[in-house]
Amino acid sequence: MSEILVLVDHVDGAVRKPTHELLTIARRLGEPSAVFIGAAGKADGVVEAVKRYGAEKVYVVDDVEIKGYLVAPKAEVLAQLVEKATPGAVLISSSGEGKEIAGRLAIKTGSGLITDATDVQPGDGQGPVTTQSVFAGSYTVQAKVTRGTPIITVKPNAATPEEVEGAAATEEFAASISESARKAKIVASQPRKASGRPELNEAAIVVSGGRGTGGDFSEVEGLADALGAAVGASRAAVDSGWIPHAFQIGQTGKTVSPQLYVASGISGAIQHRAGMQTSKTIVAVNKDDEAPIFELVDFGVVGDLHTVLPAATEEINKRKG
Amino acid sequence: MNIVVCVKYVPDASADRHFEDDFTVDRVGVDGLLSELDEYAIEQSLQIKEKSASDENGGADGDGTVVTALCVGPEKATDAIRKALQMGVDKGVHVVDDAIAGSDAVGTSRVLAAAVEKIASGGQRVDLVVCGMASTDAAMSVVPAMLAERLDLPQVTLGSVVESQASGDSWEFRIKRDGDTATEVIGATAPLVLSVTDQSGEARYPSFKGIMAAKKKPLETWSLSDIGVDAGEVGLEQAWTRVEATEARPPRTAGEIVTDENGSGAEALVGFLASKKFI
Repeated sequence: MSEILVLVDHVDGAVRKPTHELLTIARRLGEPSAVFIGAAGKADGVVEAVKRYGAEKVYVVDDVEIKGYLVAPKAEVLAQLVEKATPGAVLISSSGEGKEIAGRLAIKTGSGLITDATDVQPGDGQGPVTTQSVFAGSYTVQAKVTRGTPIITVKPNAATPEEVEGAAATEEFAASISESARKAKIVASQPRKASGRPELNEAAIVVSGGRGTGGDFSEVEGLADALGAAVGASRAAVDSGWIPHAFQIGQTGKTVSPQLYVASGISGAIQHRAGMQTSKTIVAVNKDDEAPIFELVDFGVVGDLHTVLPAATEEINKRKG
Repeated sequence: MNIVVCVKYVPDASADRHFEDDFTVDRVGVDGLLSELDEYAIEQSLQIKEKSASDENGGADGDGTVVTALCVGPEKATDAIRKALQMGVDKGVHVVDDAIAGSDAVGTSRVLAAAVEKIASGGQRVDLVVCGMASTDAAMSVVPAMLAERLDLPQVTLGSVVESQASGDSWEFRIKRDGDTATEVIGATAPLVLSVTDQSGEARYPSFKGIMAAKKKPLETWSLSDIGVDAGEVGLEQAWTRVEATEARPPRTAGEIVTDENGSGAEALVGFLASKKFI
């Protein structure tokens, strides 16, 4: 069985949930090897975290020399590891940065690249078969890499993380980083404030608001908290400056696929659908009974969200006791 | 400054987008247009040109800044370049060749990189390659990073705010980049690859004057041999990935819609959520 490299997605050594999903997928394909690029001092905690999800090996790459530069050094590290380990595939989280690392790695290693996979299966021995959701969720596509090392970026929630103890044999890897990879500098970095709610990408329930909120998200947030949900928004709400871009769902924001999606005051333009159409259950509250969002819903309420949401929130809280 | 802005011709997202029998995207049978997200790249290119012209310190060649729209795509893709010219871009280059059809991002970036090099071979280096954050069809968001890799240039990508400043005989660029876990400021010196998001600033509409002027602007058409790329390096057969199957997602079955009257909507909503065990 060949190694499957998994780039660890983390914030200062705190491993993020998509990494557990990638390790679970990697176990289907071969032997998971986690690649941690970060502060050497944080390696022990990372090794513990990835061991629980079946990492057989952990490559620790100290980032003291490269952490101030964007994307390019990480692609060089992975390219050198691909050469060393000749893995069966490389799995990376489908974030903006993850996809850029993957793109550069594909060129460096002469390998095919598949992005935004919603599922990855071993296939028939000819390399992994991926599933993607395309054209605003209106088609699914099965694809394969036909040249080089399959490089696949995987969307959050593509697999249910399975806890399995791995050997987690640790190996320090010293990559050599070129001068030209150190030209785009990270001049400043401001960590995003935690909202106390679930991460949008990872949440089982998402409650989102649009133009119909009129700028007041407190009712959306109230219902989200009653349901233990993440808060999202349409582009119209973001463009109006009511909520930061990090909450935007749609073509140019995040794509979510939760168990339940509640759209309030959102008309449901194609750009928004692209970000939520694959949700399992869809509910909408909208004043306009002709809003296209109602074509998608399992349950819809034609009504004013300013009365429907608070009343529903109150009733849910009452039932929860 | 010599600026190249990459633009893509895509099937209209509001039309019936679908695949051909060989699993490539139908780019001919569906109405196409300039990918909306590339309009932001055009806008930033034009703003950088305007700023360099007015920059007191750095107007080294402000008036001499040229913005070229570069497009790889079928015959009809000229429409995308024409829109860029109408918005204010100075020149167009269209790489069109039957052998390119079906290329994946790896192949497309190969063609774009070779075309950028040919533009630079005109005598003036390309200072800036500008891209949108993603196409509205394949939406991989990897071509800017691939171009930076192929051209060995710094990548300053996914900028929601773009600032430029003259620095010696070159230009410094800084962007704000909103990541999943942090907002960063990224800086580099030209030449570089820049990509911008739809947060970077509303794109201008072509003016009547712009539409008239566009008709007289130069638009060159290049084949693969013009840019020194072998036909055997690109296209569907040479792609490093292969689509095995496509399937239209079944339409969602119509759900239950109720009209709220005196609190009945909230009651019905909570009843539905409870029946699905969300409460």
